[in-house]
Amino acid sequence: MSKATNRKNRAGRRGPLATVALLAIGLFFTGGAYALISNGTAEAQSDINSQEMIDEGEKLFAANCATCHGVNLEGSDIAPTLIGVGAASVDFQVGTGRMPLAASGPQGQEKPEQFTDQQVKAMAAYVASLSVGPPIPDPRYLDEQGDAANGAELFRINCAMCHNVAGSGGALTEGKWAPAINSTPAHTYEAMITGPQNMPVFNDANLSPEDKRDIITALAYIKDTPSVGGYALGALGPVAEGLFAWVFGMGAIVAVTVWLTAKSN
Amino acid sequence: MADDNGGRDVAAAPESRGAAHPVNAVARVDSGSTVSAGTAVVPRDALQNPGLPPHRPRVTDVDPKKERTAERWVYSLFYLSLAGSLFTIVAYFAFPIEENSPASTRANNLALGIGISLALMALGIAVVHWSKTLMSNHEMIDQRHVTSGSPETRARAVQIFDEANKESGLGRRAVLRNSLIGALVVFPLPAIVLFRDLYPGTAPEPVSQLSHTMWEEGMRLARDPSGTPIRAADVTLGSVFHVIPEGLEEAEHKLEEKAKAAVLLMRLRPSDLNELPERQGWSYDGIVAYSKICTHVGCPVALYEQVTHHLLCPCHQSEFDVTNHCEVIFGPAARPLPQLPISVDAEGYLIAQSDFTEPVGPSFWERASVDND
Amino acid sequence: MTAAASSYLDDRTSISAVVKEFGRKIFPDHWSFMLGEVALYSFVVILLTGSWLTFFFDPSMTEVDYEGSFVPLKGVEMSAAMASSLDISFDIRGGLLMRQMHHWAALLFIASIGLHMLRIYFTGAFRKPRELNWVIGFVLFILAMAEGFTGYSLPDDLLSGNGLRIIDGMVKGIPVIGTWISFLLFGGEFPGTVIIPRLYTLHILLLPAVIVALIALHLVFVVVHKHTQFAGPGKTNQNVVGVPILPTFAAKAGGFFFIVFGVIALMATFFTINPIWNYGPYDPSPVSAGTQPDWYIGFADGALRLIPPGLEFDFLERTYSFNILIPMAALGLFIVLAMIYPFIEYWITGDKREHHLLDRPRNAPVRTAIGAAGVTFYGVLWAAASSDLMATHFHVAVEHVIHTLQALVFLAPVIAFIVTKRICLALQKKDREIALHGFESGRIVKLPGGEFIEVHEQLDEYERWKLVSYTDYAPLMIRPNSRGKITVAQRARAGVSRWFFEDRIAPVASKDLEVSHDNTH
Repeated sequence: MSKATNRKNRAGRRGPLATVALLAIGLFFTGGAYALISNGTAEAQSDINSQEMIDEGEKLFAANCATCHGVNLEGSDIAPTLIGVGAASVDFQVGTGRMPLAASGPQGQEKPEQFTDQQVKAMAAYVASLSVGPPIPDPRYLDEQGDAANGAELFRINCAMCHNVAGSGGALTEGKWAPAINSTPAHTYEAMITGPQNMPVFNDANLSPEDKRDIITALAYIKDTPSVGGYALGALGPVAEGLFAWVFGMGAIVAVTVWLTAKSN
Repeated sequence: MADDNGGRDVAAAPESRGAAHPVNAVARVDSGSTVSAGTAVVPRDALQNPGLPPHRPRVTDVDPKKERTAERWVYSLFYLSLAGSLFTIVAYFAFPIEENSPASTRANNLALGIGISLALMALGIAVVHWSKTLMSNHEMIDQRHVTSGSPETRARAVQIFDEANKESGLGRRAVLRNSLIGALVVFPLPAIVLFRDLYPGTAPEPVSQLSHTMWEEGMRLARDPSGTPIRAADVTLGSVFHVIPEGLEEAEHKLEEKAKAAVLLMRLRPSDLNELPERQGWSYDGIVAYSKICTHVGCPVALYEQVTHHLLCPCHQSEFDVTNHCEVIFGPAARPLPQLPISVDAEGYLIAQSDFTEPVGPSFWERASVDND
Repeated sequence: MTAAASSYLDDRTSISAVVKEFGRKIFPDHWSFMLGEVALYSFVVILLTGSWLTFFFDPSMTEVDYEGSFVPLKGVEMSAAMASSLDISFDIRGGLLMRQMHHWAALLFIASIGLHMLRIYFTGAFRKPRELNWVIGFVLFILAMAEGFTGYSLPDDLLSGNGLRIIDGMVKGIPVIGTWISFLLFGGEFPGTVIIPRLYTLHILLLPAVIVALIALHLVFVVVHKHTQFAGPGKTNQNVVGVPILPTFAAKAGGFFFIVFGVIALMATFFTINPIWNYGPYDPSPVSAGTQPDWYIGFADGALRLIPPGLEFDFLERTYSFNILIPMAALGLFIVLAMIYPFIEYWITGDKREHHLLDRPRNAPVRTAIGAAGVTFYGVLWAAASSDLMATHFHVAVEHVIHTLQALVFLAPVIAFIVTKRICLALQKKDREIALHGFESGRIVKLPGGEFIEVHEQLDEYERWKLVSYTDYAPLMIRPNSRGKITVAQRARAGVSRWFFEDRIAPVASKDLEVSHDNTH
């Protein structure tokens, strides 16, 4: 009920497209400006950054994003500036459906994306045209053909403490959480270079593009390889295993004891 | 075994001989016993135990057809179990593990598991079904006896001890007895001493080892695990680096050193940092380095939130505030994470100014006595 | 043929005496009497699979480069223990199945011991003459947890390594001797190179030997005492009613062994447990979100999590880590109280008789309520060990989960006590009503006077006996002793006794029944 009225009010204020889009307050975004140490992932993207794309992106941005982030990307009380966030950040945030925000909360949630890939890329091109920031990653780092062993080790050291060794996600402070990693290679890469929300940034000086490729390869291996020992119980660790042992293991055995000792008729 | 009556006093329950209401000779009450009932209320007009209810025959007892069905079930399950065992043997060869093929390991696990499970479950269910439907289910009664031995047995036991005492002179010869006790008490003590070298006696004092890490003045901060040094310029705002001392790979006790020396490196806006006066100059342009080892029980505190600047320990949820010299803001930890003083060398690489100025990691008894300065 | 064989055997072993002694021993039938057997059978499965695993496992911390089949670890430096565990998992046929059976069986072993203990507690089966067997069982429970923890550590993966590090941190927090115990245990600084072989010796030699010996003793006492039984028609404190070992009980128990074995095999076939290949080798720097111990250590881990900040003090150049000592002391006290509970109750009731008839939990309301409070306390600590997962799965802040559990660890046991006691008393009242007046049959009859009544159906004497046959205890009256004095101990005992027995529903006696029948007729 209250949801419905909210939606109506917003529609009245912001026009039809905004109904779907700009929704909530209390959003935090990638903090601060970027001094990107980029070693040339920007080539071969000229068509993506064509003037047509930028123009289309500008329209979409004005209709869907500018209310909170400002027409000049300057940000507002409820949303951070987008100056210097780069195309990668837009592609990640909008491409995974996190932006536009659906509801206020500790952090933006992944949900079905609201725009076509073309529209996302157009907005990314527009934002990138206004200030320098991390670009959309080069496809050669996304081919999942790197060194899985190196990637797995880097993942354990840099990522597993929040995202869990199997990428099943985990808790952060004050209701925030590190999500389970189910994204496309491009989104995973973009998350590393942009540090969305509370995730730290892993720039190319920290994890080189090849390192990132290795990490993506390791994640792909874990995702694509069937769990050898049978159903993985969410890969959540001993808690899930203990619950399963109690509920199903002991449950089944207690059921058997009841059958065993029941008087047969 | 104290139960010297097994078998002798077992009797089929009276109803099995057809009596509907057995005269129950066993329904004695405790009021006649000699031991104290404590505060138990032993009523004089308690209801009487009605004795075992009449036996109800099962369908398999009265219907030969049902009996045959049960029998069929049982032997079918035995054959099924047999098939499961044979299947397991075949599967061992039919589902080999191929090198670098997790799928083959999975298939092997599944096939062997299904075979073994089938063999075990079918066998178990068959035997239980047999016992439930075809074996006699007449209830039988076994008599209990007081756990303690009979008065005669007890008296004899006491007597034996008495005689042993007399014959050995244990009670009489006080010197012998006391020296024996003395010898027996001291005898296990060497065992305690023998465990001393679980930690070799030639090794350095524990406290001195716990008080220092391999960090020293001028040592470069390096990436974990590659060991490549880090430039200050590499550490952009919002970044976090997992750091080891340069040269850790060559260290004699690599893992032990890493367990103490692991560091987390973050860059914040200098204006966000609330530095203690005595720690001015420990950071470099907003770059700070803190021990990664939790001051609670030693898990790596590696969860850095770049907006809130909180560090979270994933083991027991202690939270540390990086802007306030990693003071504890939540959870069981009591002390802030120790800070590693850093600066930059001539080539722009981050270096340590010194070792940590306090022991890292969990507290230990002698910790307060350690003076690193 | 059989005769010849058995004669051959008997001539050399006098086995006939044993068969005569035990062959027709009677075992009562109740589902809850099988829980201890589940523990025994899972232990057998653990011994079988564990022995198999020792042939392939290399308990060494020598660093090797992994060259097995799991691609994301190829070439990674790890201990021989980890590498051989991976080989068992990936490159030895049936190895993963055996590993998973061993681990699932371990979880079930301790779970079934837990349920078995709860059954013993809530039915009062720990009373004389079985107090010592309760203590033996309790020691077995603790040893089983030790077995579990040492086994969990052996693969030397990231998860277990961090578990060991937590143990090291706790040990260091012990006053005076903590630092030394840690160094002796690890042969130096954590992690060292000796802890895995040392734990291995404990895991496969010392602990199993003690467990086997204590299980044997535990079972000897079961034979000596004979099994308890629930009160019921024909069942008295002086008999055991049930089926004989040969053949019925042996068949049931034997079949049940294979079923338990089969359930464990099924779990290992279809469900992954402890995928060490995801965790990778132990390295002191990384850690995984959701780092938790196996379920049976959860209550200790939870206790550590619930401590508020700042409970550590320096005094006279020594460090007092109350954030570690308080949970240790609380758990120690909890365990000791549970272990000596039979003696406490013995002291309160002063009942020196042997008890072979079990109480229905409702017929001992305060004992049941204490048990419920204990279970709740344990449950809150246990839940706290998964505070982070509760936060992510129920979309709440982990801080709120912890704060809630901090309150619950004190409140919930009290609430559980009160509610359980009330429920028990209500159930006893209902039993008494039914014993006196029978069931409400649902049939409404109009009396000649126009009055409507519901017909009550009387119980038959067998059913009624189940409801009325229990022991009633009155609170202890304070009486001066032989020297005319009232001692403090006696006052205390009377106080506890009053707390235990002041609310009570007496069992129906024949007089009550007569009065009741007179009224209804």
